[in-house]
Amino acid sequence: MMEITGLRKIFGKGTINEKVALANFSMTVGDGEFVTVIGGNGAGKSTLMNCIAGVYETEEGKIVLDGKDMTTMPEHLRSQWIGRVFQDPSKGTAFDMTIEQNLAIAYGKGKLRGLTPGIKKSEVDFFREQLVLLGLGLEDRMKHKVGLLSGGQRQALTLLMATIVKPKLLLLDEHTAALDPPTAKTVLALTDRFVSEHGLSTFMITHNMKAALSHGTRTIMMHEGRIILDVSGKERETMTVEDLIEQFEKKAGQELDNDRMLLG
Amino acid sequence: MPIPLLVGSVEQGLIYAVMALGVFLSFRTLNTPDLTVDGSFVLGAAFSAVICSGGGNPFFAVVVAFVAGCLAGSVTALLNTKLQIQPLLAGILVMLGLYSVNLRVLGGKANIPLMNIKTIYNSFDGTALEAYGEILVIFLVISFVLLLLYLFLQTKLGFALRATGDNEYMVRASGINTNRMKLIGMALANGLVATSGAMIAQYQSYADVGMGLGMVVIGLASVIIGEVIFGTKTLRRRLIAVVLGAVIYRVVIAYSMSRGLPAVDLKLISAIIVTIALSIGVISKYLLKYYKRFAMTTLGKKLIPSPRAKATPEGGDQK
Repeated sequence: MMEITGLRKIFGKGTINEKVALANFSMTVGDGEFVTVIGGNGAGKSTLMNCIAGVYETEEGKIVLDGKDMTTMPEHLRSQWIGRVFQDPSKGTAFDMTIEQNLAIAYGKGKLRGLTPGIKKSEVDFFREQLVLLGLGLEDRMKHKVGLLSGGQRQALTLLMATIVKPKLLLLDEHTAALDPPTAKTVLALTDRFVSEHGLSTFMITHNMKAALSHGTRTIMMHEGRIILDVSGKERETMTVEDLIEQFEKKAGQELDNDRMLLG
Repeated sequence: MPIPLLVGSVEQGLIYAVMALGVFLSFRTLNTPDLTVDGSFVLGAAFSAVICSGGGNPFFAVVVAFVAGCLAGSVTALLNTKLQIQPLLAGILVMLGLYSVNLRVLGGKANIPLMNIKTIYNSFDGTALEAYGEILVIFLVISFVLLLLYLFLQTKLGFALRATGDNEYMVRASGINTNRMKLIGMALANGLVATSGAMIAQYQSYADVGMGLGMVVIGLASVIIGEVIFGTKTLRRRLIAVVLGAVIYRVVIAYSMSRGLPAVDLKLISAIIVTIALSIGVISKYLLKYYKRFAMTTLGKKLIPSPRAKATPEGGDQK
């Protein structure tokens, strides 16, 4: 379970460009809950992810994951429990290293990285089994450099890397936004499978309103660094994209503005 | 090219290869051009000369040089990670500071001669292999360094180090402290550079405070020459390519000098070689573009235009 209380993040504090990205943001995410996050440009979605992951320091507030206060913990320590997939497919993998080497690095999460062999024989078999599950044929290309993979293949691999050591929290920052629609669909389907198989608590930012409703168990809508809509259960099941937009305009008092937003 | 000169430059090339492997570690593996090299090379040479001339064990001198180089590299890494100074600037600062440190180590003198002093190259003296002592010692050392470095880069720690140069986001997301990786990488890189300096000092029988000038450029030249000629397909090939690159560089320089290249111009030539090597991709792109334009305008008129050539949208002769 993750509890965020009174999180505040200000960019350019004290300058004329001062921007409050997160304004007293609070929410609790239960175990196995899959939250989809939507919102307009500059609503604070990515900032929220980066604050949880430890990329940004926060001005105020607390982030507690499974009873452990992570608020001031550096990014690499939080990563022991947090899996991440980025929007940019090139961010999630080391391009000049092979698929199996990338997996080995991800598999070493939370363990001591000493002078033992980077990949053990037994691990190679385990990685192959895991790659078969992706259904992309990557198991036959384990010694290929990741730089040779397509964006979709990389995101699928990053997803596997983010979950190969079961995280307490999975953060997906528009991880399908850079992919073409069929590939995005494949990666989303994989996401669903990984999340439900491992029962992962998940945050997924998406620009796709339909995906926000059809995936996950709970949807939050952000505006100016706050949650303005939080739906789950029955209410969410019957909701349509039109309802969502209508709700946004009512609560935010303005039209939804996101240049990447997909309605369908 | 006379044989002794060739042998001599191959020997020197193999010693400089240790330094080039250090530069490979910082420049390619960590993706940071590290200018500390110019200073840490001399640091190694200085310790080596001082210890040897004081009657110390020449191998011990090399080990001390390695450790001193590691410390120098650590300072650069800490300036970068803890004080957030840009890597290039951090390297320049440490290089400058090392100039004074090196003079201190050399006891305030600009150079220390090592005449008639036992060095690592005398290890086979008195045995049947005495005549080949130098090349044997050098060969053993470079093989040892190459093997250790290769094995190290295949460990879990080595993987983390390599990935840090590739993609810091991914490395931090995998729970690895990138600052620590930079510290380890820079320390090792400069340790190798100082080792090379220590070996060169014993090889040429003196250490000079100015001997490190342009060392980083020679290292880069070796790395790039190796990559261009031998490729970058596997790690093993890359490492061996760096060593061979260093040897080729040395041999070419020695050959040019034996054919009358004035020693004064050496640094300029090195700088030009590296400039060309670094920009080879861009230059070939320009050349291709001009060739295409030339082919389209001048040659195109002479040839009967094929339907395919007409269909090319960027045809320069369509106006």
